[in-house]
Amino acid sequence: MMRYLPLTQPDRDAMLSVIGAGSIDDLFVDVPEAARLSGPIAGLPGHASELAVERHMTALARKNVVAGEVPFFLGAGAYRHHVPASVDHLIQRGEFLTAYTPYQPEIAQGTLQMLFEFQTQVARMLGTDVANASMYDGSTACWEAIGMARRITRKGKAILSGGLHPHYVSVAKTMAKYTGDQLETATPALSAETDVEALIAAIDADTSCVVVQYPDILGRITDLTPLADACHANKALLIAVVTEPVALGAITAPGEMDADIVVGEGQSLGVGLQFGGPYVGLMGCKEKYIRQMPGRFCGETVDADGRRGFVLTLSTREQHIRREKATSNICTNSGLCALAFSVHMTLLGEAGLRRLAAINHAAACRAADRLSQVPGVELVTESFFNEFTVRLPVEARPVVRTLADRGILAGVSLGRLYPGEAALANGLIVAVTETTSAEDIETLAAALEEVLA
Amino acid sequence: MSINQSGWRPQMTAGDGKPAAPTATGNKALMLEEALIFEIGDTQTTGVDFTGIDAAAPASRLGGLARKAAIGLPGLAEPEAVRHYTRLSRQNYAIDLGLFPLGSCTMKHNPRLNEKMARLPGFADVHPLQPVDTVQGALEVIHQLAHWLVTLTGMTSVAMSPKAGAHGELCGILAIKAALEARGEGHRKIVLVPESAHGTNPATAAFAGFAVEDIPATADGRVDTAALIARLGPDVAGVMITNPNTCGLFERDLKTISDAVHDAGGYVYCDGANFNAIVGRVRPGDLGVDAMHINLHKTFSTPHGGGGPGSGPVVFSEALTPFAPLPFVEKQGEQFVLIEEENAGEHHAGSFGRMVAFHGQMGMFTRALTYILSHGADGLRQVAEDAVLNANYVLRSLEGTLDAPFAKAGPCMHEAIFSDANLAEGFSTLDVAKGLIDEGFHPMTVYFPLVVHGAMLVEPTETESKAALDQFVGALRSVAERAKAGDASLKTAPHFAPRARLDETQAARKPVLVWKDAPLAQAAE
Repeated sequence: MMRYLPLTQPDRDAMLSVIGAGSIDDLFVDVPEAARLSGPIAGLPGHASELAVERHMTALARKNVVAGEVPFFLGAGAYRHHVPASVDHLIQRGEFLTAYTPYQPEIAQGTLQMLFEFQTQVARMLGTDVANASMYDGSTACWEAIGMARRITRKGKAILSGGLHPHYVSVAKTMAKYTGDQLETATPALSAETDVEALIAAIDADTSCVVVQYPDILGRITDLTPLADACHANKALLIAVVTEPVALGAITAPGEMDADIVVGEGQSLGVGLQFGGPYVGLMGCKEKYIRQMPGRFCGETVDADGRRGFVLTLSTREQHIRREKATSNICTNSGLCALAFSVHMTLLGEAGLRRLAAINHAAACRAADRLSQVPGVELVTESFFNEFTVRLPVEARPVVRTLADRGILAGVSLGRLYPGEAALANGLIVAVTETTSAEDIETLAAALEEVLA
Repeated sequence: MSINQSGWRPQMTAGDGKPAAPTATGNKALMLEEALIFEIGDTQTTGVDFTGIDAAAPASRLGGLARKAAIGLPGLAEPEAVRHYTRLSRQNYAIDLGLFPLGSCTMKHNPRLNEKMARLPGFADVHPLQPVDTVQGALEVIHQLAHWLVTLTGMTSVAMSPKAGAHGELCGILAIKAALEARGEGHRKIVLVPESAHGTNPATAAFAGFAVEDIPATADGRVDTAALIARLGPDVAGVMITNPNTCGLFERDLKTISDAVHDAGGYVYCDGANFNAIVGRVRPGDLGVDAMHINLHKTFSTPHGGGGPGSGPVVFSEALTPFAPLPFVEKQGEQFVLIEEENAGEHHAGSFGRMVAFHGQMGMFTRALTYILSHGADGLRQVAEDAVLNANYVLRSLEGTLDAPFAKAGPCMHEAIFSDANLAEGFSTLDVAKGLIDEGFHPMTVYFPLVVHGAMLVEPTETESKAALDQFVGALRSVAERAKAGDASLKTAPHFAPRARLDETQAARKPVLVWKDAPLAQAAE
């Protein structure tokens, strides 16, 4: 008896006789004899009760240090925010959770309308004309944007800012090996200044795009307008990457500074940390580029009775129609995470997002000031939103390790992100959100003081 | 004159007791219309309060870029938001509501224990960059799931990070490319793909710089082995083959094909979308496969979520293992270690690189492992058997009604395929699909694979009871008979869904992808 399999043995027997098969093995006759397994694979356990499985999984879960149970300061592309209880309730409604891609729009208007709302929310946050129905995550959206810029400009040299998340750079490097894109990359300098001026200087006639993170991996915020102007003067596109969408409640959106494509990681809203996935990639662009955009779009239309309705559209860009000529091989989005993002965003509304952003920034400012008072600790970033970088008098990675033993998750060391880069080894990225209490900040500062003493 | 308190108005009825006009609201009892958040919300309303949290910064340090303009994001109070999304949800069909026979999609029941386990704080509230000794349980989940996947497929290793099936395909193809380059055979530019393949296969191969050549299908719905083998040569990098294939048939010659491909210096990529049909009964490794992605959202029941997130780990043969992407988890003594760029050198120098930030779809790993542990080796084998049994039952129950092009040749695997051959003139597969909607079922996959005209691909999965199958068969038989008899009402079906057929041409010609204040009529001008 397996609790998820409703057929009874009498059912199976009756069905086999309808089929005209003597046994279940008769249905597997096309499998070459040498490849047929005669019974359950040896060495693997048999089926287990719900209770037994729950015990097993709970024991594994207990071996992890839970972010919410300790003073917690990690960011660098994934942020811990409070998610309202109703978000998780709504995304677990079976009609959302257990639906397929809305290919039959008459019975999928729930998912489709939600995607249309999501696209509008995302486009407004990124400051772009349009947005798609989501991508796998921020890192893959970033790579897809580079490919999109190549198709639009018909040029193949992308310049990646040193402030771009190193994993995003790694993904782009992997993919570029196979597409022939040429990438110029750099490691960030542990300083208050971003590399915008260097990027502007590097743009030439062969440049397809410049990719810049905003705020960047160290937390720095810089005006993208001069960079956009320089790109456009050379018929290149500006791609901006936002890994912390909550920041857009406090700072000017990249699209408002004339970025052509804006991508992001939407995990901060609704999705949670989940050890890195699933997350939700955000992708918006200027309207004139939509036919070169990858991924799914939901569009408004009418039904045969003239009522407003929504459908997946512009699918002639996609692989199931275009096959090898598609804009991307992607054939999914991150639907349920997009729903979580959208519900959270709707609960916040503009007023809530702006207040949430203000709280994050205020808490980060207080934390930056407090940590700067620790002897030997120097605040590197002058501008930041909810994440900043400090320089320790010693290598940061062992310090993070030591603080973890004291029950403090102190941040992301640059040694973890840029192993072997001696100039960055003392850097520590500290993220502070509405979930960080004043006591947490004090605990971190005091512990750091002891460890560095 | 007394007031009519019943609300009855004579003009509301057409004489037979049924209302002549739609309701004032557009609602039909439990079927509720719902406006957009942009029409019901406003920028001042919020459903989240931060009482007691200080928002005052000592001094803003936003680099002079503090937001000036409004964003235009509507908010709803919690009761309004819950109602909005609950109403939207009710306009969706879902597995929880009924049989969802989408071929090649494996829409099986999603056990709720999976959801509960994924939400344990020890999994859900863990940051991907925490020091590895604070996430030993998370790494152990990945390691355990990897062990199951490798063992069930009879392969050597598995890359866990790909985020969906197509991403897994890309992973496999890049490993093949890396392997060819490593032995100085980067000049092999051709990937052979059967014409019945899913569109992602050629799109993936093309992305990696390969040229795609189609291999024809035989009359019995399988890849033409002789044609494939004849095409092999020093320019062929490999084949991408789906098994069981998209006609729902087992590729009997796969081992022969694999041997021939290997002899010719190529690799075999297997699209594992249909692994549900053979899990526990056949190991792809025994058929000579070099790489195969596994859709955790199909075979291992992680929810489809209305279009993702998926998860597509890729299992590799010994030949491709050295080229698998980063990161992955290794057990060293009692410790679980994350192999990333910095320590890849000693362990995994040939890796083709990183495909995603962080480590893959952890939330899907916990769900899939929960599902696998629930079934065990015996239960998973039963899954394949019941899935195949259910599909054959549907095939035999309907082959007298609909044209079943491959039914004569033998059993199908997990899905049954029909064509539009005996529908009445002017009636199409689409009409059958839309008619099925009115009967309370999600349609089957239609017009795919392309090798069958007007294809209807039915995959019931193992989580349907015999009673549910009988009900579905009865409904499809009835709709098919109407289509064969030329019942004109089918042409305008569905009649009872939240929407009638939607104008997809208008949507594509004048795309409206975001809400604008102007009504649609004006926006479309």
